[in-house]
Amino acid sequence: MVTLELDQVGARYGRRAILQDASTPPISGGALTALVGPNAAGKSTLFRRVAGQLRGAGSVRLTGAEQSDLRYMPQDTGMNAALTVYESIILALKQGGGGWRLSASELAAVDHVLVRLGVTALADRQLPELSGGQRQVVSIAQTLVGRPGVVLMDEPTSALDLYRQYEVLEALRSYAEETGAVMVLALHDLNQVMRCCTTTIALFEGRILATGPTLDVLRPDLIRRLYGIDSRVEHCSRGCPMMIVDGPTSRVRSVA
Amino acid sequence: MASLSTEAPTTAMAYRGLVVRRVLLLGLLAGLLVLSVAVDVSLGPARYEVLDVLRTIFAPGSADVQMRVVVWDIRMPMAVLAVTVGASLSLAGAQMQTILANPLASPFTLGLSAAASFGAALAMVLGVALFPAVIGLMVPINAFLMAMAAALLIFGLSTLRGVTVETIILLGIALVFTFNAALALLQYFASEQALSAVVFWTMGSLTKATWPKVGVTAVILLICVPLFARRAWALTAIRLGEARAAAMGVPVRRLRLEALFLVSLLAAVPVSFVGTIGFIGIVGPHVARLLLGEDQRFFLPGAMLAGALILSATSVLSKALLPGAVLPIGIITALVGVPFFAALILTKGRKAW
Repeated sequence: MVTLELDQVGARYGRRAILQDASTPPISGGALTALVGPNAAGKSTLFRRVAGQLRGAGSVRLTGAEQSDLRYMPQDTGMNAALTVYESIILALKQGGGGWRLSASELAAVDHVLVRLGVTALADRQLPELSGGQRQVVSIAQTLVGRPGVVLMDEPTSALDLYRQYEVLEALRSYAEETGAVMVLALHDLNQVMRCCTTTIALFEGRILATGPTLDVLRPDLIRRLYGIDSRVEHCSRGCPMMIVDGPTSRVRSVA
Repeated sequence: MASLSTEAPTTAMAYRGLVVRRVLLLGLLAGLLVLSVAVDVSLGPARYEVLDVLRTIFAPGSADVQMRVVVWDIRMPMAVLAVTVGASLSLAGAQMQTILANPLASPFTLGLSAAASFGAALAMVLGVALFPAVIGLMVPINAFLMAMAAALLIFGLSTLRGVTVETIILLGIALVFTFNAALALLQYFASEQALSAVVFWTMGSLTKATWPKVGVTAVILLICVPLFARRAWALTAIRLGEARAAAMGVPVRRLRLEALFLVSLLAAVPVSFVGTIGFIGIVGPHVARLLLGEDQRFFLPGAMLAGALILSATSVLSKALLPGAVLPIGIITALVGVPFFAALILTKGRKAW
C-alpha cells in the first residue's frame, strides 16, 4: 500500500505564493482521493509541486512508491500530433526516454490499459480525429499505462458524458483497489466526489482547509466557504449521498 | 477480464503491422532516392548513355578522362549534394516544427535563408568579408555567418523566460522581411555584374557543388542525426504539448534549446552552399508526417529521406525541363512548394498538421 503525505508544502510563481503550508495526514492508496476547491485555488499548482515540476518549501513524503512511480496528468494535453492512440500510449510508457526497441511486455501493457478503459476500438485512430471525450480517456490511458503507484489527475472527467464519467471513475477506482496506488483527482463535480472518492482534500486560496473522509469534509459550511454556495446533502433513491445546491450565499463574494 | 485474452493481442498485432508498413515505406523512399540519384547523374548537358555513366561510377578506370571528369567532378557532387542538402533542410524543418509546435516553421520561413542571401550579397556587392580568412570562400562563409546569426538571434530570444513559441515564429517572420529589405537595398546599389550574381545566388543552385561541400554537409548530418535519434522519444513527447512532456520528465526548455542549436547548423551550412532553396524544409517533413506519422523513430529518417528525394527529383526536373540547360533549382522547389504550402494552410480541421 502506498501513502502520500504533505508537510507544509509551498510553491510560488515568481514572488506570488500560490501554495502555502499545505499539510495533510498520510493519504493511503487503494481508493480515490478528491482534491476540491474553487477555480484558482491552487489545485494544479499543488499537483505540479507534488510531481516535482515546481520547487518550494516543505516536503512531499511517499511510502511504498518512488517519485519515479508518480504520474501527473495535466489538464490540457496536445492532441494534434500525427500519432495513433496506440503510439501515443507507447510514448507515455516510454516517458520520453529509453531505447528504440519495444518489448513484448511493453506492448502488453499498452493493450492492457486500452482494455481497462474500454478504448481498444480507438487503438489505431489518429489523435486529432478524436472527440473531446475520447481525448480525455486516451489521456487517462497515457497516465495509467506505466502502472504508477501515485497518480495525480487534473479534472479527468471534465469532457465526459454522464455515463462515461461513472465508467471512467469506476475504472480508476478499480485500478486503485487492484494496485494500492494513491490516486488524487481534482474534480469540480462534488456529486462525483461523494459517490466515488473516500477521502477529500479541500483547497482554498492556496491553503488546505480540510483533509478527511469525503462526507466529513464536504459539509455545507465548508461548501459555503469554498464556493459561496448554500447546499445540503440528501440521498438518491439508491442511497448515494448527493449535494443539492440551493443557490449562492447572499453575501457578496469577490471573484479574485 | 475475459476480454483481455481475446482482444489484447489484436491491438498489439495491429501495431506491429503498422511498424512493418512504416519500415517498408522507409525502404521504398530509400529505393526511390537511389533511383533518383542514378537518373540525376545520367542527365546533363553532355549526353552520355546511362550504362556508360554507371560504368564510370563503378569502374572509373575504364572510362575516358573527359567522361570521368564530367561524371565524378561535376554530376556526382551535384547529385549527392542534392541528397545531403535535401536531407539537412528537411530534418531542420522537421525539428523546428516539432520544438516550435508550428507546422509552418522551417529554415526558409524563419528567416535563415533570407539572412544567408543577405550575407552572400554583402560579399558579392560590397566585397565585405565577415570572416576575412579565406577570400575565395567569402560568399558561402558570409552566408553561413549571417544565417547562424539569425538562428542564434532566434535561439537567444527563446532562452528568455516568458517567450512563447508564437513569439519565436513572429520574430522569424520579422527576420525574413528585414533581411529581404536589406538585400533589396544592396541590390539597388549593386553594379550590374554584382546584381546578376546576387540574383543567381538567391535563386538557389546546385551547380557549384564540390566534393568538399558534400563532405561538410554530410559531416553536419552525421553529428546531428545521432543526437536527435538519442532524444527520439523526448522529441515525440513534445508533440503531446509542453505540459504533458514536462509531466513525463522531459526537460522541455533544454531540449528545445539543444534542438534549435542543431537545427541552426543543419540549416545554415547547406543554405550557404546552395543559396535559397525554399520549401524543402516544409514539404519534406509534411510528406514524412503524412506517410509515417510523428513517432520520431520513423519521422526522423522519413523526413530526411523525403527531403533528399524531393530535392534530388527536383534536380532531375531542373535538367529535364529545358534540355541542354540547368534551371536554378530554387525556382522549381518554390514553384512546387508554394501550392503545397497554400494547401497546407487551407486544409485545417481535424487533421494532424
